[in-house]
Amino acid sequence: MKPYLLVDFGSTYTKLTCVDLEKEYIIGTSKATTTVTTNVLDGYNKAFERLIRDHPEIKEEEIVGILGCSSAAGGLKMAAIGLVEELTVEAAKRACLGAGAIVNLVFSHHMTKREVKQLVEADIDIILLAGGTDGGNTECIIHNAKKLKEADIKVPIIIAGNKDAVDEIEEMYEGTNLQYYVVSNVMPQLKKLDVKEAKDIIRKIFIDKIIEAKGIKKAEEKIGQLIMPTPEAVLQAAELLSKGYEEEEGYGDLMVIDIGGATTDVHTIGEGFPKRTEVIMKGLQEPFSKRTVEGDLGMRYSANALLSLVSDYEFRKYFDEDDKCNHNITKSLNRRKDNVDFIPQTKDEEEFDKAIAKICCDVSMSRHVGHVEVVHTPLGDMYYQTGKDLSGIKYVIGTGGVLISNVDAKNILKQVNKKSDRILELRPNNPSFLIDKSYILASMGLLSQKYPRLALKLMKQYLL
Amino acid sequence: MKTVIIGVIGADVHAVGNKIIDYVLSQNGYNVVNIGVLSTQEDFINAAIETSAQAILISSLYGHGEMDCRYMREKCDEAGLENIKLYVGGNIVVGKQDFTEVEKRFKDMGFDRVYPPGVKIEDALAHLKEDIGI
Repeated sequence: MKPYLLVDFGSTYTKLTCVDLEKEYIIGTSKATTTVTTNVLDGYNKAFERLIRDHPEIKEEEIVGILGCSSAAGGLKMAAIGLVEELTVEAAKRACLGAGAIVNLVFSHHMTKREVKQLVEADIDIILLAGGTDGGNTECIIHNAKKLKEADIKVPIIIAGNKDAVDEIEEMYEGTNLQYYVVSNVMPQLKKLDVKEAKDIIRKIFIDKIIEAKGIKKAEEKIGQLIMPTPEAVLQAAELLSKGYEEEEGYGDLMVIDIGGATTDVHTIGEGFPKRTEVIMKGLQEPFSKRTVEGDLGMRYSANALLSLVSDYEFRKYFDEDDKCNHNITKSLNRRKDNVDFIPQTKDEEEFDKAIAKICCDVSMSRHVGHVEVVHTPLGDMYYQTGKDLSGIKYVIGTGGVLISNVDAKNILKQVNKKSDRILELRPNNPSFLIDKSYILASMGLLSQKYPRLALKLMKQYLL
Repeated sequence: MKTVIIGVIGADVHAVGNKIIDYVLSQNGYNVVNIGVLSTQEDFINAAIETSAQAILISSLYGHGEMDCRYMREKCDEAGLENIKLYVGGNIVVGKQDFTEVEKRFKDMGFDRVYPPGVKIEDALAHLKEDIGI
């Protein structure tokens, strides 16, 4: 036996997955409440004890390696700054999301004093400053860089805008206390997206600085370096499963939906190009691996946000037809927000959770997929496509607490499908559904950094 | 290098002339940002902001250009592009109309240069050199 340990410090639970590299199977998993406010290792140790208790064949001294990721203490929170909303602002946002961050603040054009104040007061881990194509507008990004300097921003600033402005900004920042990093422009040419360098530096800053600031650094004493934010690990896993590895074939275009307590994450792997000749792409280039995060769609922390998203009448449509309970929607949602550890005890409470999950699925899908819009031209009808065409997606994989333990999970996931009342949304037509029953996606993303072939094999085996 | 935005406005999908303009201007030392067919006024303006363009060259061949171009100058002003040069050319009005009339109408709308059907791109190139340099 060659046990290899994968650790995910989540916002609620610290989750352990132990894999046998030799016999190529998952020996076991365990979890314990994350203890980030006291000592993050307490939670880890507890989870580890549970793992050993359930699987005495694992010997601590035989463990050949450990890899970890984290979304504890609120995950990675970023602010994205750009010039035009649909262009560099969007590119900056996509870089942050692709790196596994949550984008809490977004600013466009010239930042005002009020906006800078908002930024200073907000609880942000990293700022991404973009603006202008290479050779394009320099004035705006320089203005914003100056504002950040004047505000004496304490968090790291990534400069990923027009390269023509870089020298001036660097001269301005040199010798100050600002922590800044220069990478290539997130939108070097109009509508072209280039987020690789920005994503890499976000991950590096996360490992070097953010983990420490969040009190997760201690974990490294035990498990070596944490290598990425959890959402990025999930994205890496999805990418591997889609593309395959060497002779081991992948699943092709796919989607992962992660319904959490606070957010719903949607990841899609695939180009999503238009499928018909009369469809013309609009807007910024789409990333091959795309992640969106909905901060107002979640099972607990953000449950009450649903009140402003769907009306009572609409909400009721998500209940099963045979559900006879007269749910008090407002009360039930608030109850979940006020008590985030809430676990449904009765059938009615379970049904209510299921309805929330369905809404999270449905609404996050509307926002994630591409849309078409008809244009009547003298040559006949043409269509604009904004975003990805996901109608041909083959697999939809569900993960996150509510889905992995729910017997009706595939039914919940069906909400992603094409809907007759929303034909302009390019939703999946007829995908197969898989559930991450053993909750291993993030772990497999970690494992894929060292053993991609094994991670792929295990995912194929354990996603059912 | 000076940047110019080119594209075809409105529900118009004529792509050939657009490619010729792209080719000729690029060959003559301009950084051409081609936003392609079926473009809206906002597409032109957003592109011009991000790329710090000095001129926007709008093409229209399907006869509805006059409607599509209305308030373009006002929107540029609104977006902080007060000094940008606006050119328009192609079949920009419905039917056959006296071109001096047409030119006046478009100039009143804030366009700097207006071209009738069949004009050579070299003519516009000469104007571009004159207006924004190279």
